[in-house]
Amino acid sequence: MQREGSAFAGLGVVTLKELSDHLTSVRMRVLEWLVVLVALAALYGAIQQIKDTTAEDPFLFLRLFTISRDPLPSFVSFISFLVPLMAIGLGFDAVNSEYNRRTLSRILAQPIYRDALLFGKFLAGLATLAISLLALWLLVIGLGLLLVGIPPGAEEIGRTFLFLLITIIYAGVWLALAMLFSILFRSAATAALVTLGIWLFITFIWPVLAGAAAQIIMPIDPRYASLGLPTPGTAEAEHILARLSPTTLFAEVVVAILDPTTRSLGPIYLSQMQGAVLGAPLPIGESILIAWPQTVAMIASVILLFVVGYVIFQRQEVRA
Amino acid sequence: MSEQAVIEAKNLTKVYGGRAAVDHISFSVGRGEIFGLLGPNGAGKTTTILMLLGLTDISGGEVRVVGFDPAREPLSVKRRVGYLPDTVGFYDQMSAADNLRYTARLIGFKKAEREQKIAAALDRVGLAEQAEKRVATFSRGMRQRLGLAEILMKGAQVAILDEPTTGLDPHATSELLGVIRGFKAEGVSVLLSSHMLERVQSICDRVALFSGGKIALMGTVAELGREILGGGYVVDIEADGAGLAERLALIPGVSGVERTGIGKLRLQADRDVRPEAAAEVVAMQGRLKFLGVQEPSLDTIYTRYFERKAEQAVASKNGARHAA
Repeated sequence: MQREGSAFAGLGVVTLKELSDHLTSVRMRVLEWLVVLVALAALYGAIQQIKDTTAEDPFLFLRLFTISRDPLPSFVSFISFLVPLMAIGLGFDAVNSEYNRRTLSRILAQPIYRDALLFGKFLAGLATLAISLLALWLLVIGLGLLLVGIPPGAEEIGRTFLFLLITIIYAGVWLALAMLFSILFRSAATAALVTLGIWLFITFIWPVLAGAAAQIIMPIDPRYASLGLPTPGTAEAEHILARLSPTTLFAEVVVAILDPTTRSLGPIYLSQMQGAVLGAPLPIGESILIAWPQTVAMIASVILLFVVGYVIFQRQEVRA
Repeated sequence: MSEQAVIEAKNLTKVYGGRAAVDHISFSVGRGEIFGLLGPNGAGKTTTILMLLGLTDISGGEVRVVGFDPAREPLSVKRRVGYLPDTVGFYDQMSAADNLRYTARLIGFKKAEREQKIAAALDRVGLAEQAEKRVATFSRGMRQRLGLAEILMKGAQVAILDEPTTGLDPHATSELLGVIRGFKAEGVSVLLSSHMLERVQSICDRVALFSGGKIALMGTVAELGREILGGGYVVDIEADGAGLAERLALIPGVSGVERTGIGKLRLQADRDVRPEAAAEVVAMQGRLKFLGVQEPSLDTIYTRYFERKAEQAVASKNGARHAA
């Protein structure tokens, strides 16, 4: 049965309203300051490190993002922690707050479909994250220019821009997850706690568990172990399991994009390395090819999480 | 059902987890009519309203709202119908006018007509001076009136109001009922639900009394009164004069006279006997201090109806026992 009219009637109105809510909210201001301060700290560490080591790196500018100096982690690792927090902060009360304010039935009594409300909220959240990340990206490039004093090449700009796009997709995964829980739980606090719990599990616990689970699925071969080598089957299983986590996917894509010498994201055999000039950088197109499967997986998880939330929301009763 | 009907429901049914929350109800609301869905909480009033708006699936039966099927053409229905949910909510951090602006954009009004409509609607409900105040500072009564302003702004043909007077003080209630009467004056049909029978009795043209997901009684308050209370009129009279009670009892149609106080009498009659009663007092050269007829009250009708049903249930049980 065909529904009457467009599912996207009112989408623009909802998106603009939610966007202006986000941009003027206190929550957003706190998150922005957190991001800026963290970026400054990480950059400071990276620049100190770059100044100490002699600069013979052809991709010095990319090092700004990846180099760390104890005790601070690198800019990229900061981002991979903070972006989920920002996305969860924006999404955890997207739908349940409409229930709790009792605005949902009034808004849905206007000539729009639920699709427009949910999609509008997602787009507004994503746009907010994109704006903050774009500002952060410009900030880092500007500070890098000022403090390091070497202008970045076109390829370096291209690679960091890809990094920006991928970070936005990564943010989308967490935003979709947070919105899913905002649909499932009527209490915003419960939704926030559950989403944060899942974030902690995926980011800190899952990598450890993946290793243990891989050894159960594919026991370590003592012949490899006696040589001090990892068992190929075990390593492969561990990779597959670890890649269920979007954090792992993001980390792998970032390595491939920001480190041009990356040739593979999985285990590599010596036979495959024959004829390769070790440490030689790959062109940007080849790096994208390496990162492509992980990128697609992240986009797919955004869509999957959103669709699950969408289906649940469509079936939910509007009465509070 | 008439051509003029703006809402028509036939055997409308909603099943939640195997239990019928709304059980085969049929009713129609005419143009410019105020129709009351009355009954206790949980009787199925809100569920009925949500089905009319296409906000919840219909398990069975047919419904037409302003000529459209809410399940298949929800946008056409929602464009023409205004809805005030029970305990309506607004975005607290936004001003009253901004809340209406958001709704107006969702409806798709052009900017020029938007501002003019919002100003007119806020003026009608008496919130013009509070237009730029944040809704967070509004009282419950003001929120309800803002909800009515939203329906006015929308230019709806039908206004569906769920428990509009719940939780309001008497002053706010009468203000709200005034605005609702204004809807009728403009030819807007009103469907309102309430569990406070006597509050809404005065403004409803017709009512449907809900009980356990079914419509127990439907009609005008006077019709229901005749049907349930046995067509009795109660006339209270306060006058002096010896032997008045005896003379009043002789008026045709009077079935009983009861003395309720010093110089106070209550007549049970099958019609309005006020003219004859007045004439008797005057003929006796008595002084008439008070003469009034009691309107049947919905509360009484409702209570009596369920008492009778309970009695009938007991009677049929006993009957069955005797038969066995």
